[in-house]
Order: sequence, then structure tokens, then C-alpha cells
Amino acid sequence: MTTLLVAEHAGGELSDATAKALTAAVALGSDVHVLVAGSDVKPVAESAAALTGAAKVLVTESAELANQLAEPMAALIVDMAGGYDAIVAPATANGKNILPRVAALLDVMQISDVTAVIDAETFERPIYAGNAIQTVKSGDPKKVITVRTSTFASAEAGGSAAIEDVAAPAETGLSEFAGEELSKSDRPELTSAKIIISGGRALGSEEKFQEVIMPVADALGAAVGASRAAVDAGYAPNDWQVGQTGKVVAPDLYIACGISGAIQHLAGMKDSKVIVAINKDEEAPIFQVADYGLVADLFEVLPDLKAAVE
Amino acid sequence: MKILVPVKRVIDYNVKVRVKPDGSGVDLANVKMSMNPFDEIAVEEALRLKEAGKATEVIVVSVGPQQATETLRTGLAMGADRGILVKTDATTEPLAVAKILKGIVEAEEPGLVILGKQAIDDDCNQTGQMLAALLGWAQGTFASKVDLGDDTVDVIREVDGGLQTVKLKLPAIVTTDLRLNEPRYASLPNIMKAKKKPIDEKTPDDFGVDVSPRLTVVSTVEPASRQAGVKVDSVAELVDKLKNEAGVL
Ligand SMILES: Cc1cc2nc3c(=O)[nH]c(=O)nc-3n(C[C@H](O)[C@H](O)[C@H](O)COP(=O)(O)OP(=O)(O)OC[C@H]3O[C@@H](n4cnc5c(N)ncnc54)[C@H](O)[C@@H]3O)c2cc1C
Ligand SMILES: Nc1ncnc2c1ncn2[C@@H]1O[C@H](COP(=O)(O)O)[C@@H](O)[C@H]1O
Repeated sequence: MTTLLVAEHAGGELSDATAKALTAAVALGSDVHVLVAGSDVKPVAESAAALTGAAKVLVTESAELANQLAEPMAALIVDMAGGYDAIVAPATANGKNILPRVAALLDVMQISDVTAVIDAETFERPIYAGNAIQTVKSGDPKKVITVRTSTFASAEAGGSAAIEDVAAPAETGLSEFAGEELSKSDRPELTSAKIIISGGRALGSEEKFQEVIMPVADALGAAVGASRAAVDAGYAPNDWQVGQTGKVVAPDLYIACGISGAIQHLAGMKDSKVIVAINKDEEAPIFQVADYGLVADLFEVLPDLKAAVE
Repeated sequence: MKILVPVKRVIDYNVKVRVKPDGSGVDLANVKMSMNPFDEIAVEEALRLKEAGKATEVIVVSVGPQQATETLRTGLAMGADRGILVKTDATTEPLAVAKILKGIVEAEEPGLVILGKQAIDDDCNQTGQMLAALLGWAQGTFASKVDLGDDTVDVIREVDGGLQTVKLKLPAIVTTDLRLNEPRYASLPNIMKAKKKPIDEKTPDDFGVDVSPRLTVVSTVEPASRQAGVKVDSVAELVDKLKNEAGVL
């Protein structure tokens, strides 16, 4: 019995999502092999090998795998699948893109966004934007699982797994990477930040978002999130969206500013340890999930908040 | 080329979902049902490609009960040319839906299939990727822009760090993200016209697909609910509580 964990990495660094998904993979009860695929990924493989719980790290290097596109990644994983009882990936944009392709090729029904591992074939997962939690048991011979990383702790450093090379698959020729536009930021990443401050439609413009939210984020060392309304209106980039169809986060502290608290937004943040809501409408649904609510105009109180935490 | 758009009938996104007290599932009796929001975006994108002269016909298809006809009519009223209902009362999982769609693709031979990235009921986010796998096609998931050429399609994808562009060989699969477009409303004349557009009826058997679920639902429960906390009167009080009561600052 062995589990294959598909590592997620970017810019030569292993993502924290992988360390979290490793915790879920270990909970399945078998040895875990971590697959690191890409080009020039030796340093990533070394980071993976240093995680407690990784029994072995497998490295595949090829130009076609450099951007971890779904077609070659799925071909590689399916080639290797014979030796594994379970295939796991974090439910990140990459994991969600690649793993269902693997599942269909293996004729397996994937279990998406697992929030708890009950045993090697039984899992909990949210449905209806987190309004219900379903426990499902898979009857498939192999399990293909994506893991909601916000509910698992990162595996600790301290391991020393062996690293082995695996041959790259034949080129699929189906898709080609044609460029990317990544947001650059010195701030902590949304999905691993301890503190997040998010802005909603109330911000009114990209300039105001920058002017009012960013200084507080800097003062708190926080990551910045946004509601879909704020993203749609162009006040914030798409990768800041928190919610059912954006990122799911669970920081120690989540500060929602000028966000009404639509169910689709709550789906992405209601597992935060402490929630603060700042909204001028005392009836806003966000107050129903907030530990601390401040009924106020955000443009008035956020500068004070910045001053108070500095 | 033809464009195929799978559309799912789901609980309307404004409805507050309730779990049945016996834990057997979610209460769907007498609740408003609508087309999955991402599928409206998929229909819109297909229509725009047709209006731009890049597609000849837009076919909407739904796998579900008889009432899924209403969802197809919504797509037809937006402007799709015809519909296909694959009738089943079973709860269908993405793998089975993808297998049925594969059968339809083989019969219709579209150049592009545009699906929603995720159905807002099961939140699976799988069907498009699975269909691409079964057909051996390229996939452009979570699309925020689709640029259709003669032999390839460029898709801008929403990924965790920002945006990524991929060039896919046609025929291909695209799944929509929210920012791809703003779907149109159907006008009254178009709603009337849609009533006359053809809807073909099929069954999973016609495609040799066994829809029995692979996953057994053991239980469905309400999530642990959060208690509303307290209102604070000032920033000073808020910061004090965060430091001394919650210990998060
Ligand atoms: C399929 C689907 C998926 C979706 N996915 C997501 C998702 O992933 N994430 C997401 O966030 N949304 C999502 N949505 C959208 C969601 O339904 C809401 O429309 C959205 O979250 C609203 O954003 P908002 O709270 O910023 O805006 P609004 O609902 O307009 O709220 C603005 C709030 O700001 C307050 N306000 C105004 N001025 C001030 C001021 N000066 N000071 C303080 N407060 C002020 C108002 O009282 C109000 O409560 C989705 C919708 C659909 C249909
Ligand atoms: N029963 C269905 N009938 C038609 N299309 C479906 C069905 N189920 C899923 N789809 C399509 O697949 C997409 C993703 O669904 P899912 O994988 O269930 O999240 C949806 O947005 C639809 O486009």
C-alpha cells in the first residue's frame, strides 16, 4: 500500500500547500511518495525530501512538464499509477486542473476538496458552498483525492527521504504554455498567512483599495484578500478572491472590510480562527459569523486601526 | 464549427441550503432551481463565438431529470440553437456525466466544448477535465479569456498566482471562470422562440453508460456553526480585544 502525492511548486520553491496535503496523505495510513515534476526541480525535491512523512521523493524533469500543464502531468501520473493505491494533490488551481484528468484516465471518481480523512476510503468534503458537509466512501480500487489545505497542518521539516529519478512521459503535443502574468508581492501568501485583511465592493476603486487596505496590511504583516465584487470591479486582482470559487483560507485573524458576507464569500473564510467585520450596515450578514464586529465607515476607522497596531 | 455546452440544473445560488434533519442529504423540495451560474457564462461565450462568425451552431446538453428541460430552454432562450436532454433520475457523478458527454461529442463532433468550471451543488470541479481525458483532448480550465483561432485556441486561465495563457490544439475543452463574460438575459421574444427550438431526448443507456455512483454518501450534516460574537464600539476596544482576549495580535 503506497500513496502518491503530487507536489506543487513555483519559482523553484515547494509550496506550503504540498506540506499540508502531505499531512492528509499520511492520514491514509500508507507510505507516501512525493512526485516532483518540472524542469530544474532538484531544489524542490530536496525540500520535499526534508518533510517528515515523505518516504521517498520521485523527480521527473522535462521541458514539457516545466509549467505543470494538465496533459503531460496526467500522462506522467497515469504511467506511474500502477504502483499506488491512492493519488493525492492539494486542491490548488494546479491540483484541480490535473487530478480529475488522472481520475478519468484511471476510471475513478475523484473526491474533491477533502477536509477530513476518516479512513483510507472514507472522507469528508463540503458541498453547496460549505452549507453541508458530506461523508463519502469510495468504492473505487484506487483513490484519487484533492485536499483542501486550509484544514490540514503543514508536515514538519526534519525528514530525509531518498530521492529517485523517474523518466518523463512521451510528449502529448496537445497544449503549450504561452505566457503568464503573476502578481508580484512581498506580502505573505493568502493561503498560508496568519492574518488576512480583505476588502469588498465598499472600497469603490482600485486607488482607494490601495490607499486604505494596503497600509493596514503592511502594519499587520497581513496578506490581502478581496470579495468577488471587488475583484469583478477591478479593485483587486483575481488571485485575491476569497470564497466558494476563489481561495479558501483559515488564518488566525481575518478582517473583512466593507464585505456584506454573501454565502459564497463565507465559504472561503468562515473557518478562520478569529473573524473581525467592519461594515457600516449593522444588519450585514457578515456580523453573524464575526467574533468582533465594528459598525463603522471603513474609510474612517482603517487609518486608526493602522495607527493602533503600529 | 459546432460548440457543445453542457448545462446543469442546480439549486439557485440565492437559496439558503438546508440539510435534511435525518442527514440523508439536502432538502430540494420546492426550492428554486436554475442553470448553474458558470454554465450561463459558458453559453454566453459560445453565443459570442457564433456571433463573431467563428462557430456555426451552439448545442446545449443537460444530464438530469425531465425538469432539466427548463434549464435547456433557458439556454435556448439565450440563443442556443438546439438542446439534448439525457434523461435520468439518478444523482449523476462527474465521471458518469463525462462518459455521457463523450458519447455526445462523438455523435456531434463539435470543435469546442465549453463547460462551467464547477457546479455549485456538488462543488466538484471535475467534469470538463474528465471529458478532456476521455477524449484525449487538450483542456483550458478556469478561463477568463478565450481566443479561438483556426487550429488552436488560446485560453487565459485564472491560476493561484495570477493568470496563465495556454495554446491548445483543437478540438479542445474549455471551462469557464466568473470573469470570462457577463451572461445576457433572455428577451421575451427569444423566450417565446425558444419554445419551438428542438430538444432531443436520450438516456444514459443510449451511450452505454452506467450511472451508478462510485461514491456512497454515508451522511450529510450541517457544518459546525459559528456563533456571532460581540460588537465593539471603537478601534481601541477592537485592538484591545484582539490582543488580550483573542491573542491574535
Ligand atoms: C457562482 C457564484 C460564485 C461566487 N463566488 C464568490 C466567491 O468566491 N467570493 C466572493 O466574495 N463572492 C462570490 N460570489 C459573489 C457573492 O454572491 C457576492 O455578490 C459578493 O461576495 C459580494 O461582495 P461584497 O460583499 O464586496 O459586496 P456587497 O454585497 O455589495 O457588500 C458591500 C458591503 O459594504 C458595506 N459598506 C459600503 N460602504 C461602506 C463603508 N464606507 N464602510 C463600511 N462598510 C461599507 C455595505 O454595507 C455592504 O455590506 C459568487 C457569486 C456566484 C453567483
Ligand atoms: N448533469 C450535468 N448535465 C450537464 N452538464 C453538467 C452536469 N454535471 C456537470 N456538468 C457540467 O460540468 C461542469 C462542472 O461540474 P462539476 O464537475 O460537477 O463541478 C458544470 O458547470 C457543467 O458545465
